[in-house]
Amino acid sequence: MGFLSYLISGISLGSVYAIIALGYTMVYGIAKMLNFAHGDVIMIGSYVVFCAVSVMGMPPGIGILIAVVVCTVLGVVIERIAYKPLRGTSPLAVLITAIGVSYFLQNAALLIFGAGAKSFTSVVNIPALKLAGGALSISGETMVTIGACIVIVIALSCFVKFTKSGRAMLAVSEDRQAAQLMGINVNGTIALTFAIGSALAAIAGVLLCSAYPNLTPYTGSMPGIKAFTAAVFGGIGSIPGAMIGGILLGVIENLSKAYISTQLSDAIVFAVLIVVLLVKPTGILGKKVSEKV
Amino acid sequence: MRKLSKTTVNNLITYGIVIFAYILVQILLATGSLSSLLEGLLVPLCTYVILAVSLNLTVGVLGELSLGHAGFMCVGAFSSAFFSVSMQEAIASDGLRFFLALLVGAVCAGLFGILIGIPVLRLRGDYLAIVTLAFGEIIKNIINAMYVGRDSSGFHFSMKDTTSLGMAEDGQVILKGPQGITGTPGDSNFTIGVILVLITVFIVLNLVHSRAGRAIMAIRDNRIAAESVGINITKYKMMAFAISAALAGVAGVLYAHNLSSLTATSRNFGYNQSIMILVFVVLGGMGNIRGSIISAVVLTLLPEMIRGVGDYRMLIYSVVLIAMMIFNWSPKIKNWREAHPLLKRRKRGEEA
Amino acid sequence: MALLEVKNLGISFGGLRAVDGFNINIEKGQLYGLIGPNGAGKTTVFNMLTGVYKPSDGTIFLDGKNITGKKTIDINRQGIARTFQNIRLFKDLSVLDNVKVGLHNHYKYTAGTGIFRLPKFFRTEKAMDEKAMELLKVFELDGQAQVLAANLPYGKQRKLEIARALATEPKLLLLDEPAAGMNPNETQELMDTIRFVQKEFNMTILLIEHDMKLVSGICEALTVLNFGEVLAQGRTGAVLNDPKVIKAYLGE
Repeated sequence: MGFLSYLISGISLGSVYAIIALGYTMVYGIAKMLNFAHGDVIMIGSYVVFCAVSVMGMPPGIGILIAVVVCTVLGVVIERIAYKPLRGTSPLAVLITAIGVSYFLQNAALLIFGAGAKSFTSVVNIPALKLAGGALSISGETMVTIGACIVIVIALSCFVKFTKSGRAMLAVSEDRQAAQLMGINVNGTIALTFAIGSALAAIAGVLLCSAYPNLTPYTGSMPGIKAFTAAVFGGIGSIPGAMIGGILLGVIENLSKAYISTQLSDAIVFAVLIVVLLVKPTGILGKKVSEKV
Repeated sequence: MRKLSKTTVNNLITYGIVIFAYILVQILLATGSLSSLLEGLLVPLCTYVILAVSLNLTVGVLGELSLGHAGFMCVGAFSSAFFSVSMQEAIASDGLRFFLALLVGAVCAGLFGILIGIPVLRLRGDYLAIVTLAFGEIIKNIINAMYVGRDSSGFHFSMKDTTSLGMAEDGQVILKGPQGITGTPGDSNFTIGVILVLITVFIVLNLVHSRAGRAIMAIRDNRIAAESVGINITKYKMMAFAISAALAGVAGVLYAHNLSSLTATSRNFGYNQSIMILVFVVLGGMGNIRGSIISAVVLTLLPEMIRGVGDYRMLIYSVVLIAMMIFNWSPKIKNWREAHPLLKRRKRGEEA
Repeated sequence: MALLEVKNLGISFGGLRAVDGFNINIEKGQLYGLIGPNGAGKTTVFNMLTGVYKPSDGTIFLDGKNITGKKTIDINRQGIARTFQNIRLFKDLSVLDNVKVGLHNHYKYTAGTGIFRLPKFFRTEKAMDEKAMELLKVFELDGQAQVLAANLPYGKQRKLEIARALATEPKLLLLDEPAAGMNPNETQELMDTIRFVQKEFNMTILLIEHDMKLVSGICEALTVLNFGEVLAQGRTGAVLNDPKVIKAYLGE
């Protein structure tokens, strides 16, 4: 039973990574940039929920809604101010700017909320599910997290496939210039992508902090990096890839924590990533691109 | 040839700036007008300059994005500190011991560079970036889980804890997992730091302006064309990567011998540090060695300079960083700068 | 024995047969043209000859040596150099350095010699500079030796690519649409240069071209490729008057 419960909590952690990875992978696919600040948007979302629910006593649902709105606006504003002026230049320049934004968000949170960890009250109040006569207990957070991940991945896949804006996203990610020539509003599509990615970050933040209730200005940083790893793992730019990568990452991390070493769990996660990339240089579901001579 | 003398002059200016800064600091030190805080920053400054210049070799000259530079620094720091602590009695001369420690650090980091480079350099762009980041984190994590001790019967090694080393009574634990290495001799100082900076700059500049450097830059500019004129891509990629790693190792040696206790944390050897070094390189200009030196110094000093604003300093730092990036790179602002002759900067390639 | 002997060369991408049963024999010192409509597979042939693509079948012999399926750098060392249809210069290097990269395998010193500026460094660099300037003079680029390659006008970029390829001292030079994007004056000038290279360096040249005037003006023999297969082959005059060729080019 031990193994099964580690596995399930691994899937739960992986679902959070997957939701964050979706934001990374969409932004990467469309804007061709590593949005390093994505992890910090998660942290901002968590603080918003913390303020709304724990400080002002609002119901969790309203708190989450506010967080989603705040993060969406934040994502669009960041894109507009910091990334848009650099569109079309070296991706490295945008990467550094994203790092600047990441520092900015962390330090703004540090100024407003202080360095001390805030204890986040879980927004989930579903009782734990007891299976096998109580030997296996699945917490409400775990069920909600996994459920949320599945719903989001399905919804997002449908959105990209069946709506006009979704198909515009595909077109822009395939060839930005051609998309523009076909009359697609490229700026609008990129802004929409950031909006969706940031809204997902807010949800991921809430789920993350419900499971791991220590909230600091640096909360989003490491999960952000791992989620990016997950996105690369699954094949960056691919929505199902982000989900597979995220869940695999969470499971590997949890199992190695349980059976090998807490200290080396991150090393193991990264080592698996390296092995995957060496065998399949564009990730599990990534497309192979070859240069035309 | 005109070209040769022009690059030589350019290089001499770069060395001159370093030497001038050194003399300036010595004067300030002699007159006592340097705060103790800034004095403590002098060796770290040299460390950052070496890191930035060496990373520029990978990112600017070779054109591959690496986010694991702090990992190589970590290897250099720990291998050399381990060497110095275990050889403290065997080698009496501080100078000789530090020189050997430098070699140990550089060689170990360089070997790691080759070890990592062999599989990794096949990947491109962002994939390479994430894998180097992963390697940096792995190195840091493994060092934090490693225990090495020595007694009369030799070295003992464990990945668990001190007791599992199973040492005799006279044993001494040198590397204590998360507590790292303590008692490293403080062999480095500002003067040594500046000498190492000059050596680093010398190696990188001379490499760039030579046959190997041209091959490396040719790979950066057009891999397929470089192959078509018979350049061995793997060889020169590895060369740039390994030299870059070895020099990061040198920075690690300098760093380790400036502290009495060395631990691997996410602050000093984590990906945040690697990113910080990358910021120096990009802001200073890709492939521009002098730019790397200046931006490493300015960006390290900036938070100290604006200490007056208290808690806001890191916030201001981040805003300055974003603003500088947009000012330097935005196509619109570039056009605007072109129209104002006073702001016009020299074109790429004319700089050192 | 011909310098280049290609037998039954073919390649498939997925299910698509891009080139099939390609044969060619080029004699030493010959100026040979490879022509054909867009998408006929001309550049694919070049990519197979230079090791960018591995042929699915067939053999390539250069100067009696089998080079089929070898890596690009080895093929270059065996003696094939090329230019590219979409110009591929080292754009952030100077014109002079572009050529010096081409000299890489003929003027050697170790990286250590370069870093520590040993006497051999200065000697070799001086010799390289002289050789490179000599080549640049042929293409009238010596006046712009210090200019960044990216800042050269289009026509000169094409010439620099040829100079760089020649610097590798090839036995066979492959030119992929050298006159693309040039005006009639520039094309005329280029024809003279190509002829000069053939005579002066005693070079064997295979060139892909669309410009019929250029082809009929300088090529001694032609191979016409259509839909990946050889349509006609032989002396220039005969091939250009072949009804099959006229049909492929002009339609009916």
